[in-house]
Amino acid sequence: MTRPLLRAEGLSRRFSTGGGWFSPARSMLAVRGVSFDQARGEVLGVVGESGCGKSTLARLVLRLIEPTEGAVTFDGQDVTALGKGDLRRLRRRMAMVFQDPYSSLDPRFTVEDALSEPFAVQHERPPGGRIATLLDQVGLSRAMGRSYPHQLSGGQRQRVGIARALAQAPDFIVLDEPTASLDVSIQAQIIGLLADLKRDHGLTYLFISHDLGLVRYFCDRVLVMYLGAVVEVLPTADAAPRHPYTRALMDSNFVPDPAHRRTLQAIKGEIPSAFNLPKGCAFAARCPRATDLCRAVDPPLSELSPGHPVACHHPL
Amino acid sequence: MSLARTLSPLIRAVRSPMGAAAGLWVLLIVALAILAPVVAPYAYDAQSLPDSFQPPSAAHWLGTDEFGRDLLTRLIYGARTSLSVSVTSIALSVFAGMVLGAAAGYVGGAFDRAVTIVVDLSWSFPEILIALILVAIIGPGVTGTMVAIGVAYLAQFTRLTRAQILALRSETYIEAARSLGAGGGFILFRHLLPNALAPVLVAGMLATGDAIILEATLGFFGLGAQPPLPSWGSMMSSGSALLFKAPWIIILPGLAVAITVVAINLFGDALIRALDIKTRLREA
Amino acid sequence: MLLSVRDLSIRFGPVEPVSGLSFDLDRGQIIGLVGESGSGKSLTAMAVAGLLPLVGGRIAEGRILFDGTDLARLPEAGLRAYRGRRIGVVTQNPMTALDPAQRIGEQVEVVARLHRGLSRQEAHQATIELLTALRIPEAGAICDAYPHQLSGGMKQRIVIAMALAGEPDLLIADEPTTALDVTVQAQIIHLLGQLVRERGLGLMLITHDMGVVAQVCDQVAVLYAGRLAETRDAPGLFAHPRHPYTAALIDCIPREGMAPGSLTGIPGAVPSAASYSTGCRFHDRCPRMLDRCRTEVPPLVARPEGGSLACHNPMGPT
Repeated sequence: MTRPLLRAEGLSRRFSTGGGWFSPARSMLAVRGVSFDQARGEVLGVVGESGCGKSTLARLVLRLIEPTEGAVTFDGQDVTALGKGDLRRLRRRMAMVFQDPYSSLDPRFTVEDALSEPFAVQHERPPGGRIATLLDQVGLSRAMGRSYPHQLSGGQRQRVGIARALAQAPDFIVLDEPTASLDVSIQAQIIGLLADLKRDHGLTYLFISHDLGLVRYFCDRVLVMYLGAVVEVLPTADAAPRHPYTRALMDSNFVPDPAHRRTLQAIKGEIPSAFNLPKGCAFAARCPRATDLCRAVDPPLSELSPGHPVACHHPL
Repeated sequence: MSLARTLSPLIRAVRSPMGAAAGLWVLLIVALAILAPVVAPYAYDAQSLPDSFQPPSAAHWLGTDEFGRDLLTRLIYGARTSLSVSVTSIALSVFAGMVLGAAAGYVGGAFDRAVTIVVDLSWSFPEILIALILVAIIGPGVTGTMVAIGVAYLAQFTRLTRAQILALRSETYIEAARSLGAGGGFILFRHLLPNALAPVLVAGMLATGDAIILEATLGFFGLGAQPPLPSWGSMMSSGSALLFKAPWIIILPGLAVAITVVAINLFGDALIRALDIKTRLREA
Repeated sequence: MLLSVRDLSIRFGPVEPVSGLSFDLDRGQIIGLVGESGSGKSLTAMAVAGLLPLVGGRIAEGRILFDGTDLARLPEAGLRAYRGRRIGVVTQNPMTALDPAQRIGEQVEVVARLHRGLSRQEAHQATIELLTALRIPEAGAICDAYPHQLSGGMKQRIVIAMALAGEPDLLIADEPTTALDVTVQAQIIHLLGQLVRERGLGLMLITHDMGVVAQVCDQVAVLYAGRLAETRDAPGLFAHPRHPYTAALIDCIPREGMAPGSLTGIPGAVPSAASYSTGCRFHDRCPRMLDRCRTEVPPLVARPEGGSLACHNPMGPT
């Protein structure tokens, strides 16, 4: 196998809150020992609900926050060990698109200013015509370069966010729920655009989302996370889920076809707080298949079939 | 950043009748203060004892004081003192407050805690008390008053700037800049400070109104500008002894203070609406 | 018929964001009002709830017949007898819909006392029963809790409980699940469906997600830029969408086995109410546009297969 473009090894991140004068210090593991490889050109999906650590994982991969444990290797370089200057230079090759298109652009900057920023931070000026090319690539008119963010719709702003990520011609882009705050019609436009850009520029995406239906449509391989840990890696988008949580996520997805209504409730209860993780499997309290074993011992991630690891004592 | 974009909130602020009237008054007072030597009909220290205590007349539009000095002239020069002291002190205060607040908000840690404790402590004293103590230490006069007023308001701008920086730090575009490789200084000067500027400047403008009152109060106690240089506060002070003999001596500077402060506040309010920063000011 | 909206037009000063809407809703039925943001679906919901004046709008034309009474002509005092009592509203964001300083029980009880004239004791009893019916475990303990102690899904159940506390006949839910986690969304949608069947309520469900519509709705009204594009029973609409906009909205939801690249969305964006185009308002985004779509407004015509349609060049017959 060729060398993966991105490798995450045992990534963990602990967050602490309180500890001031009036509140006791508490800490939680937002990400617990996540490892994966990503091949060049692959679209890897990370799916899970709020508090599963998917956004923290995205930021650990780009080293926007420091890991408590573990390491990230990008194209052979240990990202977690790089100094300031080297890290800044590496950022040309790794970019990010953010969830909220309303706050991801500085309200005082025009679209052109925003697209010049990736060059400004590297102490460069954008090459002539580069801004116009970027606008073309994301389907915005060149006249829009002089607009301010408040003059644009949510979909247009997200296109600016994508153009900014593309500015330095990166190899790898983290997409953190890039369509979660958009209408479904605009979501589909943006997904179409991302697919075109990947094809034209040979990009590698790490696609973070809460929508398993969307992830299965767009991604080659899918990490399913629950309360900070990977519970299953779907080797292909259409692989049958083996973990009960993945099954529940899939059943919660509404198919636009009244003939296929779900009559049973997919799953009971809600995600417990990460501040007091239960002993054993984190999903046990909501799992229809849970036994005493699940409540006592946290199941490790193990390959049930080649390339299909699942962390479950009683897989489907 | 074009000039038109910077000016557009000002234009929107004077579009309401209230904002326009207030803006016009402030503009008039500022113009009179700057042009005092040109427009004032007499010299501010020209005494003429035979003409003392004259009510308003053709020669002296607003009458004269106990030394026969022209009150209109002294009001105009009083505006010069009042405005130069309050504007200078607030400008110094805003600048120092932004530096302190931005440093505290951006650096965080022990430095932030130290600044916050000092600011919170001084926040619990009335500005007048802080100013009086400082004038007592530095000594009366224009310079002493400026420093005293500037320090008295420092806590407000430090606190506001720090709150702005903290709120702005969690905006996604800050994280986006970091994801592109931007360092601390780049983010502070390109994104954080420019976005924090508008609310702090408006708060500074509103505080200028309060500073005029504070300057007048210090002047009333004889701690501000020293005679014969007129200030609205010292004029009221000398007028208070003559309240029944020549009431205009105290009423006129009193009115000047009141109308100017109200106008500054109304114009500031119009600016807040035009800039749409009400909620951001309240956060602090 | 519980609710019959006829030729409803909504105005904000000179702008008319919603024109000529008509739809019906029976007891025990769910109608989905679906469209992108800016389609006027939330304004329509506010009009039915009598809440338009809150945002500065007014009903310019048309009737809102609720159990035979025209709400559009009722003064504010008259509306108060309906709002909360006979019409319950569930808002989009449960995080801001509850008073953070009041216990859950009090917030639900006050609705029952205000609208049903119950005593404090009776209202408390009714609240416990209601929460239990909403599958909230340990209803008594939840009543004593404050909103910040509850999860998002639990808060949304409380908001639904408040909407139901006046025992209304009609429930209006505006994107009730968008702020919630995926697995919790499914729970809330199923809960709403069960409530409608068990209690014989009418439910107006506002959403932009055709997936949600397909899950629970009996009838669907598709809105585009303030006009009806198509109305029909849900199975018919999804099996044979006639309006190109309906078809495009359905195709925005990724499905099992969808070919890569087939998810393309709808080009362009919904125009703002101040700049509606002439003719069919969808024409500049429509793949089936004819010349006359630019100039002639397609009339809303009843279809033999049921429902109604406003399109010059509809897709294949049923």
